[in-house]
Amino acid sequence: MTGEANVEQERARRFRDAALPYLDDVYTLARYLMRNPADAEDAVQECYLRALRHFDSYRGPAMKPWLLTILKNVCYAEFARRGKQEVPTDFSDAEPAAADPVWQEPQATPESAMLRRQDDATIRRLVDALPAPFRDTIVLREINDLSYQEIAEVAGVPVGTVMSRLARARAMLRAAWNSSNGAAAPVQMAAQAAPQGTSRSVSS
Amino acid sequence: MSVTTHCTDYETLLHALADGELDAGHVRDVDAHVAGCADCAAKLKAIRALREAMAGSSLKEAAPAHLRSRIEALFPAPAPLVAPAAAKEGPISRWWRSFLGGFSVGAALSAAVAAMLVIGIFGPDPNQQVADEVVSAHIRSLQAGHLMDVETSDQHTVKPWFNGKLDVAPPVIDLTAQGFTLLGGRLDYIDGEPVASVIYQRRKHVINLFVAQRLGAARASIMSKTVQGYNVRHWTEQGLDFWAVSDLAGDELDEFVQKISASLRPTGSS
Repeated sequence: MTGEANVEQERARRFRDAALPYLDDVYTLARYLMRNPADAEDAVQECYLRALRHFDSYRGPAMKPWLLTILKNVCYAEFARRGKQEVPTDFSDAEPAAADPVWQEPQATPESAMLRRQDDATIRRLVDALPAPFRDTIVLREINDLSYQEIAEVAGVPVGTVMSRLARARAMLRAAWNSSNGAAAPVQMAAQAAPQGTSRSVSS
Repeated sequence: MSVTTHCTDYETLLHALADGELDAGHVRDVDAHVAGCADCAAKLKAIRALREAMAGSSLKEAAPAHLRSRIEALFPAPAPLVAPAAAKEGPISRWWRSFLGGFSVGAALSAAVAAMLVIGIFGPDPNQQVADEVVSAHIRSLQAGHLMDVETSDQHTVKPWFNGKLDVAPPVIDLTAQGFTLLGGRLDYIDGEPVASVIYQRRKHVINLFVAQRLGAARASIMSKTVQGYNVRHWTEQGLDFWAVSDLAGDELDEFVQKISASLRPTGSS
């Protein structure tokens, strides 16, 4: 009995050292998935409880994607419980990327200048507005800083799907940005435009 | 136009390039294509601009303090649920559990006393404890800005740096030629005692070599352990305790240990 308690104590300490450094990451993802802070906090707590319970079976490779996977499962289970329509089916993965018109705006928009003016709240709002699989992918990539392979593990999809979701997520973000900002920005765009459709032959 | 179909093939690769996910061969390929294709060059620029905008914004949120304490409360250095003496007798055990369940200050205190008793009587394997601690120290060191106090690949800079900070002079050995790059040194604390850490790297894998006069139970032969997925090696040589920790594969860490150990031996003896 006492040995057990001791082992338990050791285990809790090791878990704490390994898992606590990722609290901000877990919380951030929870905020995007759950939308409201109280739900996010409950999800984070449930995530850490489950992770501690399963810590014995944890064999790596990395703690962060492992925790984020648990968090995602907690959140999605909660959606299912509430019967909310938060978990869309993978409707848009099937759409061929080529059919997507988002890259067709004029090419030489001075992107960086334009995007730099964008305040955090706007980016945040645009990310929030993405359909779930795309939002999750871009958050895991840009905010949680996971590799493609790690995102694939968290999302439970092949790396190829991660790549196409990421491309679509960015395209949607850009389209959303352009339309939300339609009137203001694109005026100065012709400035440094390379002629459309040029096939300048630089050595390849 | 063949150019168009060609470009769709590059669509996801442009993202992978911006994300640093391409191997060298693909990087060359995509770079070459981008150099000759204004459309793809513009797309790549747009992807990078978006990445930059997202990185620059404060999209990442810090967990609020009350949440942090809530999570920390889930696993404090926990008191045993059942006290050693009470364990044998049912009613007392039940009494204990209800007592602890009540979370009164008295219960917490008693539990703390019980925890001390438990540790005192059934002290854990000292090497297991140190192994856990060096792994924790290793993980801490990997967090941004914690890895090195003195950053240099020059052993003659690292070694004197420890002077006056420790009561031992840890050996600092340059193994660059043998595939382990010396990155620098750090002063760490294990079990409340200052400990030298000499930091090496093989490929992307960091190795912390902790050195102290006494750190765990002395081991003439090398002890191998795996803690939380990290490989740990411990041995005692020339009156110093060595602990090597890394996510490097076990056999490669063994190779590292052999090389350190070999260079510690005075030339001429074996």
